[in-house]
Amino acid sequence: MILYMSCFVLFCIGLYGVMRKRNIIKIITGIIICEYAANLLFILIGYRMGGRAPILAHGTVIENMVDPLPQAVVLTTIVIGLATTIVLVTLAIRLYEKYGTFDITKIEELKG
Amino acid sequence: MNELYILFGLMIIGAIAAIEMEDLLSSVISVSAVGLGLSMAFLVLKAPDMAFTQLIVEILCLIILIRATIKKDLPFSTSGRWILNTTITIFFIVVFLGAVSLALMELPEFGHPLMKVGEIYLRDGFAQTGATNLVAAILQDYRAYDRLGEVAVLFVSFIGVLAILRREGRVSAAESKKDLI
Repeated sequence: MILYMSCFVLFCIGLYGVMRKRNIIKIITGIIICEYAANLLFILIGYRMGGRAPILAHGTVIENMVDPLPQAVVLTTIVIGLATTIVLVTLAIRLYEKYGTFDITKIEELKG
Repeated sequence: MNELYILFGLMIIGAIAAIEMEDLLSSVISVSAVGLGLSMAFLVLKAPDMAFTQLIVEILCLIILIRATIKKDLPFSTSGRWILNTTITIFFIVVFLGAVSLALMELPEFGHPLMKVGEIYLRDGFAQTGATNLVAAILQDYRAYDRLGEVAVLFVSFIGVLAILRREGRVSAAESKKDLI
């Protein structure tokens, strides 16, 4: 239970970074931390006490393997997270070229 | 499980450092320390495929973020409505924690997963797919359409990066060519 709780604490730190900080790089950092926390929660749910990695060995029977389904899902999630991060960083670089700052309060044309 | 507690403590410290550090380059390196800690946690939780993927993705992320932040260090602006902002942020975090406390009751206890589908994959996976690595069997065989969607997302994101980073649009290029003629 403490492990689940620390996972949620990690998510809250990321949420604080997304909502409170004004620097675009800090906001991207917060999104990345949220994503790590979500991936970690999936793997924690699939863990079995004293388990082994779900890889079969020739000639021996391995009991007590961990759940392979969350691992397969998280493998997809990690790669998609990389894709979203790359797009976000590209947008940040483009905004810096146009406005000369990473501070979202200084980017005047986005005010509505 | 003591090593997991140590790793989680390091990851939380690294995350706080990444959010609160004034220097952007230090912040980027701290978030990558969090990612490497996550990779080690995956290895402890018996997910070696995840650990390798996380390691590679983390290094790629670090390179891209350093490319974005290097030589662009800025002074932080502390003016503005920080009381309002902090109140709204704390309100949303409290709402999230309320939802989490409801969800924590439904989660299975740590170390005793619900393995309804997982048991079937573990029992029949080798006979049906012939792959000894069962995570690879699920990824490439049972859920191959997920993998296809993942590759499609990567492709679309790279097209988006090319479109964002393009220096001049097609119209202006055509006009400049017309001027040359």
